[in-house]
Amino acid sequence: MKIVAANRLTDGETVWLGAGDRWVDTIDAAHVARDPEDEARIAAAGNLALAANIVIDVTLVDVEIVEGRILPKRLRERIRAGGPSIHPEIGKQARNAALSAA
Amino acid sequence: MYRYDEFDQAFVKARVAEFTDQVKRRLSGELTEDQFKPLRLMNGVYLQLHAYMLRIAIPYGSLSPRQMRKLAHIARTYDKGYGHFTTRQNLQFHWPKLVDIPRILEELAEVEMHAIQTSGNCIRNVTADHFAGAAADEVADPRPYAEILRQWSSLHPEFSYLPRKFKIAVTGAARDRAAIEVHDIGLHLKKNDRGELGFAVFVGGGLGRTPMVAKKIRDFLPERDLLTYVTAILRVYNLNGRRDNKYKARIKILVHETGTEELKAQVEKEFDELRESELKLPEADIRAIEAYFAPPKLKARPEGDAVVSKAVKANPGFADWLRRNAHTHRNPDYASVTVSLKGIGEVPGDATDVQMDAIADLAEQYGNDEIRVSHEQNLILPHVARADLPALHAALVEIGLATSNAGLITDIIACPGLDYCALANARSIPVAQEISERFASQARQDEIGDLQIKISGCINACGHHHVGHIGILGVEKKGTELYQVTLGGSAREGSTIGEIIGRGFAPDEITDAVETIVDTYLARRENSNESFLDAYRRLGPAPFKEALYGHEAKAA
Repeated sequence: MKIVAANRLTDGETVWLGAGDRWVDTIDAAHVARDPEDEARIAAAGNLALAANIVIDVTLVDVEIVEGRILPKRLRERIRAGGPSIHPEIGKQARNAALSAA
Repeated sequence: MYRYDEFDQAFVKARVAEFTDQVKRRLSGELTEDQFKPLRLMNGVYLQLHAYMLRIAIPYGSLSPRQMRKLAHIARTYDKGYGHFTTRQNLQFHWPKLVDIPRILEELAEVEMHAIQTSGNCIRNVTADHFAGAAADEVADPRPYAEILRQWSSLHPEFSYLPRKFKIAVTGAARDRAAIEVHDIGLHLKKNDRGELGFAVFVGGGLGRTPMVAKKIRDFLPERDLLTYVTAILRVYNLNGRRDNKYKARIKILVHETGTEELKAQVEKEFDELRESELKLPEADIRAIEAYFAPPKLKARPEGDAVVSKAVKANPGFADWLRRNAHTHRNPDYASVTVSLKGIGEVPGDATDVQMDAIADLAEQYGNDEIRVSHEQNLILPHVARADLPALHAALVEIGLATSNAGLITDIIACPGLDYCALANARSIPVAQEISERFASQARQDEIGDLQIKISGCINACGHHHVGHIGILGVEKKGTELYQVTLGGSAREGSTIGEIIGRGFAPDEITDAVETIVDTYLARRENSNESFLDAYRRLGPAPFKEALYGHEAKAA
């Protein structure tokens, strides 16, 4: 299973390709490709967005679904999805925590 | 401090305008990322895991209070309220938006700062002893020469596309605090028998995946020949350095593959041709640059001894701090102070905007308007009257920057690692934090004495792990972090590369492993005057291996 990760051109924020090929800023909303055909399709969509100067550093990320949530296999991508592990008060993890508290 | 002249100011302003236009063209889609990437890197803009990163040059680690306040302002206005001081004596912001970077550079230019040559295959920020111009053991101030090298190397047309990046470090004291032997060129400023100034020249040092200690190719180079000789080295490197393989492109590989004697002969030949060229430094020019670095006029403060001894009796915390964080100044009424950015459990090298502003205030109040960044990721107030030390200490306690650990086991160098860096394989900072917490006790740290731990999150070695007395390298193995330990490294004069001690350790084992190493040292040292490094050099790795892995061998 794979998702597409990238950084938004204007501010560098980590984003993922979501439903309808829209870029979303939380990994939970990423579109998961479950077969090679869909993987190829999302990779192509990522490259189109790169060419259109919407995002940079487009990468395909291996993920699994754990307790219903998307979890990247590599620690690197897990940290990218949350924020620096040493600063729970900043980055996406802080925003997500604030959202779930609300 | 050096002050920009009209030319410097115009040059930096022109560069800001140029990059502002490049960012505009990137955002409009006129430039592709492939086209833009080398341009942004030339201006210190990287892409990391969570955001862009902006690396700002702090020439030879020298900052004025005004510049520090500007950095605080940028942290507060455009970033997340903090900055990260690096082993290159620079500052990195980890969250700037690309759209804001032109404005940030404009603000930096207002205080004579920029981000030029903080990336790319060019001559990078020239680094120097952080006690330069203040240390009692210094022969002469290395900063004028670092400044001459900065001016010469800025946008140098011949050396803007080298095979790989190029780092120069300068020290003016026999005690090397600038790690010159692990730089591409290391310069040791000294005097000859006739009392003339010149340099011992080291070449081909470096860390990264192939760590090497530099070779001395000149014992005494007259100061007037600084630029001709450095140009000769760069020319030999630019011509012969490998461009076919990024991992073999640094000058250390060229020195290694060519052989020191042959390389030296090539450099000397080139030097002979350049010797009388326009690069030969006129005496008047050297002295003119030197004048910018004239020592501050320090008032006599003979009451220092009495004030300090009274404070030592009254406040044990001050006594600890004085012992570790005050360095001998050439004026006996003064001291150079290390402001530790290594609070127990804190992120090494990070400072908040509030702390940066406070340091700027303290530098004005007590420090004769000077601040330095050390390659050990601390801040330095180089000229503080000893009589003001108790008041300065009290003020540092207020802002959480009075940790008494300079040179101790919790004064850890750590790269940003996988928490930020796109190149990293493992985290560095949490390892540093856990070790710091484990050894938090001041008494225990003092008992252990001088011990440098340096941690890198990948083989590129930004955390200088190869030259840590205890070095820790994070790698990724089967999708998890693993920490490899090296022992016996040193970046001081007579640098050594640490030796890998054995198999690596999991994240939950690494602090215990460090503790085992430290306990082995304490048990085996001859007396409390024998430092960890001295003991390791005497004992070799065997007792440490036995302590770390002996039980495994027995079990097998």
